Amino acid sequence: MTTIDIKKTALYESAQRPVHMNPKKFAFWIFLVTVVMLFASFTSAYLVRRDAGGWLHFKMPAIFAVSTFVLLVSSAFMHWAYISAKKDNFGKLKIAIAITTLLGIAFLVLQVMGWGALVEQKIFFAGKYANPAGSFVYVFSSIHGLHLISGIIFLLVVFANVYKMKIHSKNMLQMELCTTYWHFLDLLWVYLYVFLLVNN
Amino acid sequence: MAVVEAHTQHLSSGQAHAHDEHHDHHDLPWIRKYIFSEDHKIIAKQYLFTGIFWAIVGGAMSLIFRLQLGFPEADISWLKPLLGKWITPEGKLDQEFYLALVTMHGTIMVFFVLTAGLSGTFSNYLIPLQVGARDMASGFLNMLSYWFFFLSSVLMFISIFIPTGPAGGGWTIYPPLSALPQAISGSGAGMTLWLISMAIFIVSLLLGGLNYITTVINLRTVGMTFWRMPLTIWAFFITAIIGVLSFPVLFAAALLLIFDRSLDTSFFLSDIYMQGQALHYKGGSPLLFQHLFWFLGHPEVYIVLLPALGITSEIISTCSRKPIFGYTAMVYSIIGIAFLSFIVWAHHMFVSGMNPFLGSIFMILTLIIAVPSAVKSFNYIATLWRGNIIFTPAMLFSIGLVSFFISGGLTGLILGNSAADIQLHDTYFVVAHFHIVMGTASFFGMLAGVYHWFPKMFGRMMDERLGYIHFWLTFIGAYCVFFPMHYIGIAGFPRRYYLFSSFDAFKTFTELDAFISMAAIFTVSVQFIFLFNFFYSIFRGRRAPQNPWKSNTLEWTAPINPGHGNWPGEIPHVYRWAYDYSKPGAADDYIPQNIPFSQTPESNLPHEKDEE
Repeated sequence: MTTIDIKKTALYESAQRPVHMNPKKFAFWIFLVTVVMLFASFTSAYLVRRDAGGWLHFKMPAIFAVSTFVLLVSSAFMHWAYISAKKDNFGKLKIAIAITTLLGIAFLVLQVMGWGALVEQKIFFAGKYANPAGSFVYVFSSIHGLHLISGIIFLLVVFANVYKMKIHSKNMLQMELCTTYWHFLDLLWVYLYVFLLVNN
Repeated sequence: MAVVEAHTQHLSSGQAHAHDEHHDHHDLPWIRKYIFSEDHKIIAKQYLFTGIFWAIVGGAMSLIFRLQLGFPEADISWLKPLLGKWITPEGKLDQEFYLALVTMHGTIMVFFVLTAGLSGTFSNYLIPLQVGARDMASGFLNMLSYWFFFLSSVLMFISIFIPTGPAGGGWTIYPPLSALPQAISGSGAGMTLWLISMAIFIVSLLLGGLNYITTVINLRTVGMTFWRMPLTIWAFFITAIIGVLSFPVLFAAALLLIFDRSLDTSFFLSDIYMQGQALHYKGGSPLLFQHLFWFLGHPEVYIVLLPALGITSEIISTCSRKPIFGYTAMVYSIIGIAFLSFIVWAHHMFVSGMNPFLGSIFMILTLIIAVPSAVKSFNYIATLWRGNIIFTPAMLFSIGLVSFFISGGLTGLILGNSAADIQLHDTYFVVAHFHIVMGTASFFGMLAGVYHWFPKMFGRMMDERLGYIHFWLTFIGAYCVFFPMHYIGIAGFPRRYYLFSSFDAFKTFTELDAFISMAAIFTVSVQFIFLFNFFYSIFRGRRAPQNPWKSNTLEWTAPINPGHGNWPGEIPHVYRWAYDYSKPGAADDYIPQNIPFSQTPESNLPHEKDEE
């Protein structure tokens, strides 16, 4: 039973592989596919259920437009962070990640306020007066919110690693994954929001 | 060109040796090596042992409810030490517990044995070894995948012992039955545990699938192009893709059901009266759950079956000493089956009240699956045709799979007809169909895999004679169990019923039901031959040679007991496909994938001469 150091031998072996994409990055993209499938099933469930009748029509509170805008802006800052990391501009990188994180938290707060506005319109998640039309809005936003929380944790990890000088132009994997994830979560919410506006 | 290659080979093997020497003394602690291991081979064995445990539990459950179905008059109070209060004072099986047993048997067999036990074992074991990788893309995620499965197993196991009993709404957990805890005792805490356990199971499965796909795409060794991959790898690869695309949908359905159960939403519930009281749920649609469930549920059938078909392709070719017939057609039929599996889910819902026009579309799509399935069956038989067949136990089980795949597949054509399904839906005909084509066939694939790769897994051989006995008794037993079910199904026996003797129409079939039960007891009992053989051979089996089946794939080039990293030196390069058996002109009747064409000038085909 000879044991070899996999991580070290993998380095030179990886250069000979037929496909050069980093396996971690690839696995991450597949993870995004699973998230897409989750929300694809939620939204198709929405459509199937709506066409069955007994559907409550209501207006989405305006606050969701604000939160969507905040998230879009955060994505722009995320991109700024990515470019700064690529140029080894650590001062700007730290600021950009901090702003992205804060905007992410602001988005979550706005979403919760959005729920408050829904309740004021008597659109409930559950109970006697709830209609699936409303419940679905809560499900979309809360499950998306949970993913966004994981995104914020990811941002914090990246932030810590920037301080430890572990992220720089020669070591961009984590930064790239984080950027991809954040843009993905942004796009996902835009999809959900537009979907709700169009189909409600 | 050749000079450059030789140079790089020399360089890299030198490097590998340097690492060997440097790291030999650096050993992992016992617990990281065998319990929380990141080595794909250990994880595969963990899946296998857990799968075997669940197979015993699931099999035992089926015996208990077969006793009830075959011998409804019998006094089974002797089971009281095992089942406790689920045996009524009259010595009968509790009626709600009967439903729970059926539910748990289905859940355990479909998800825990034939998904986790089959894919988990063989995808983990064979993907890195057959594509030529040191390990999975992420050993850590792979370890997490197993331990999530373990956690979900623990929760499911606990649910069997709680006072209200395990989930009882059928393995498909249709609401409203499963959504209302007051409906039956099996919809109480047992159902909650079922849902939590399955949610964790899905996380485990997705982590596994992620790794399988990434490893196949990114970590193949030099020369291992897609079109040189063994069919096992193709099957595991496509299976993982199906899993990644379909299990999130079950997750969504389970989540909405959890909301309905625990938080009072009404996604699936509407206009329900219970004991004269109107419940407040409104606007929900139980049909929606069925759509979501079967969007997973149908691909799940192929998640269970495809790995077994891949294993069979490999074994039939190796033991017929012939190239697999129609390799490309085999690959495309796997892909075709996978694609079609996503657009046929509503054939489970023909009688659910959905639009009959939609039913006809789903019927046509369903019947098209017969085409790639027939391609596969034909190719298996054509591979066997005039082959130099060596009947190892693995080969017998593979041929058994082909038999079940054909006989079970034929009834699929009948059930796929939306008109015929009106009569046959939810009868024992359906039970017979899926137990043969999906249950027994996949189970045979799994057993074939264990017999075939046991020497690689444990460095020892299983006893062949016990293997033959095990095969023939299981093969005959399984047909005796499931074939008569077609008849009682056509006679109209509905599935999930507790007792048939109180219906006049069913009285003539009492003896047939008793026969099925006896055959079931027989078939489950003979599995102990396998269990004995398996555990005895791990410790006392004959030592395995390097390549016991004279097989071409890469795993047999690794040491007999491969360590972490699989190959002590350099990973072998691949120069040819996996099926060069009995190639005209060659000295041996097999040429492993790592033998370059330059070493076999006597057997090279005209187009291979360029690659010498």
